Amino acid sequence: MSIFLAMIQEAIHYGMVFLFGSTGETLIEKSGHLNLGVPGIMCLGAVGGGLGAHWAHQAGAGAAGIMVVSLLMTILLAGAGGLLYGLFTITMRCNQNVTGLTLTTFGAGVLGFWGTQMSNKGITFTEPSRIAFTSPLFFSGEVPDNWFCQLFLSYGFLVYFAILIAIIAAVVLKHTRVGLSLRAVGENPAAADAAGINVIKYKYISCVVGAAIAGIGGTFFLMDASRGTPEYIIDAMGWLAVALVIFSLWRPAIGIAGSIVFGFLYRLPYNISALTVVTLADKELIKMIPYAVTALVLIVISFFNKRETQPPASLGVPYFREDR
Amino acid sequence: MTKHVHEPLVHLSRRLNVSQKYAWAIRIGAFVLSMLACALITMIIAPEVGFGAFFTHLFEGTFGKPRLTWTLFRDVAILLLLALAVTPCFKMKYWNIGGEGQALMGCIGAALIVKTLSGTMPLIVVALIALVVAIGFGAVWAVVPALFKAKWNTNETLLTLMFNYIAGCIGAFLVKKLNPRTTGSMSFLKTLGDFGKIGDNQFALIIIIVAVITVLMAVYLKYSKHGYEIAVVGESPRTARYVGIHNKVVVIRTLVLCGVLCGIAGFLIVVLKDQSFKAESATDTTMGGLGFTAVLVSWLAHFNPWAMVLTSFLVVFITTGCAHVSSFGGLRSATYPSVMAGIFFFFIIATEFFINFKITFRKRGEIPREPDDLPPEPKTKVEAATAANANA
Repeated sequence: MSIFLAMIQEAIHYGMVFLFGSTGETLIEKSGHLNLGVPGIMCLGAVGGGLGAHWAHQAGAGAAGIMVVSLLMTILLAGAGGLLYGLFTITMRCNQNVTGLTLTTFGAGVLGFWGTQMSNKGITFTEPSRIAFTSPLFFSGEVPDNWFCQLFLSYGFLVYFAILIAIIAAVVLKHTRVGLSLRAVGENPAAADAAGINVIKYKYISCVVGAAIAGIGGTFFLMDASRGTPEYIIDAMGWLAVALVIFSLWRPAIGIAGSIVFGFLYRLPYNISALTVVTLADKELIKMIPYAVTALVLIVISFFNKRETQPPASLGVPYFREDR
Repeated sequence: MTKHVHEPLVHLSRRLNVSQKYAWAIRIGAFVLSMLACALITMIIAPEVGFGAFFTHLFEGTFGKPRLTWTLFRDVAILLLLALAVTPCFKMKYWNIGGEGQALMGCIGAALIVKTLSGTMPLIVVALIALVVAIGFGAVWAVVPALFKAKWNTNETLLTLMFNYIAGCIGAFLVKKLNPRTTGSMSFLKTLGDFGKIGDNQFALIIIIVAVITVLMAVYLKYSKHGYEIAVVGESPRTARYVGIHNKVVVIRTLVLCGVLCGIAGFLIVVLKDQSFKAESATDTTMGGLGFTAVLVSWLAHFNPWAMVLTSFLVVFITTGCAHVSSFGGLRSATYPSVMAGIFFFFIIATEFFINFKITFRKRGEIPREPDDLPPEPKTKVEAATAANANA
């Protein structure tokens, strides 16, 4: 297999971490909430996913069992994080940036603490990861060595699940009544309220569902992309997922392509040594590219100032019906 | 006709005149509760640390020895300075969460100068050049997003967030370029030596500098024309425009100030506090998330410099104390303090709600007000006439 094929394969693989995160964050931002807690929520998701997979594996469950328990635990913990964020910013109308940053501090702390506990007890996740997550969905053994199968059919279940969720999110946002209402809530909650949309309900549902989706990104990173070897850099991945939301102009469908680009750039510093000689310092410059490109996208969309590419108008503004 | 009107169980309304006594009672209550919650959660996740032991370690790690106390106040001073830097931005509702990157650029500037110039000229000159360069780097990093905000209304929250990571990558690049053999950090212990010590005390200078800046900032925000303009732009940009304040000029000027203070913070961290510079990767640097914590500190203090002294103290107290709990209680977890800090923040953020909003529960058994509570319709023309007369 050529090195380029392997690089693209890895790009798709790692990109899905960003795709889960950015799809979730997009849903939340569409309801007018800038959730800077998504990195923390992804950490919480990873804790849930790791615990669930470990328990199910201990109990002797098969591939499907491990996957289901792991995802349920992910959704439970990440959803709880989303609910907490919702409680603070929707009902209690606290500052979104402050709540989000706190949630990120908390989530990253919980992940690190849990990770230390696990490694103290000598628990690893490589075995459940191999059984349930990284094994290819479409083949029972080795993936046939032709480029099509390698490129498109060699991944575990969650890669396809990520793309499926992004497509569903794109369709729901763009083509359904629910999506229209959600976008209205994010643009102008007072008008949406006057039109009979239950603003609070929409905000809560999008916060919790978005958090659950983002949380799967954390589990995916721990159990699939890094093959069950605990690496506690999920919050760093989470910030890139937040960046991807902007990069994809708040559209999950663009996010699919964007996530693969981000995955490629994220892995480039590690892969590039196979192609050419680079110093450690140069690798740091390559790592800058996703952030720099996102900053550039932000500036460009504000320069053109087209209505279709702007952040939701009431992003970051708490809604209280009795305020004028 | 009885039409049932749905009345919600809970009704929220804004409190308009909040007494300071009530507000502080809520805050102190929340602090006590948060400490109890921290102790309880620690007991659950680590039964070997007892309820009492948690508090013993907490105080031992902060006030147990004079040196620990000095370290505590030094860290409070640095955090306070970062919080002061971002405060004017927040007051005008410019959500600069880039304090982390701006201060990191200051660190980079100071580290570059100390690394390249030390030995060629007297230490005090090197330090002064380092200070100027740090201020310059910090100011540039703060003002670039502000220029885009002023020119094209670019979303500053997201842009400054990206700038944090770009700064981190620049830092990691420079460290690895200048020191190819080490792992992402440079030590200046030998070159700087005793620089900045007052008598035998390494930390007093930082505390004095920050104390002066705190007073200046409080005066600037409260009594200067600039401070007034910042407040007006924050309260209502339209009013500001109407009274002849140039919003864009205020935004850019304030962000220069913020960058300058962040630059000073970076200088203090590299030259006086750590005497080293670390940038392992974009997210693992000398700053270690302090810039983000400063956002919380500033906001919790309602952008009041005096209250910020208290909030930054509490935050550093909890993180330092919990680090002690972690190492002496046998938890051996580097991130345990951030879990505890997170819990503390959640409690304090929640106080805002109880201070700003009033919760009214529907009384039990109270019949919901009905639309036909109005006086009955007059039946005859005579009755209608008398009713009209009575109303007149």
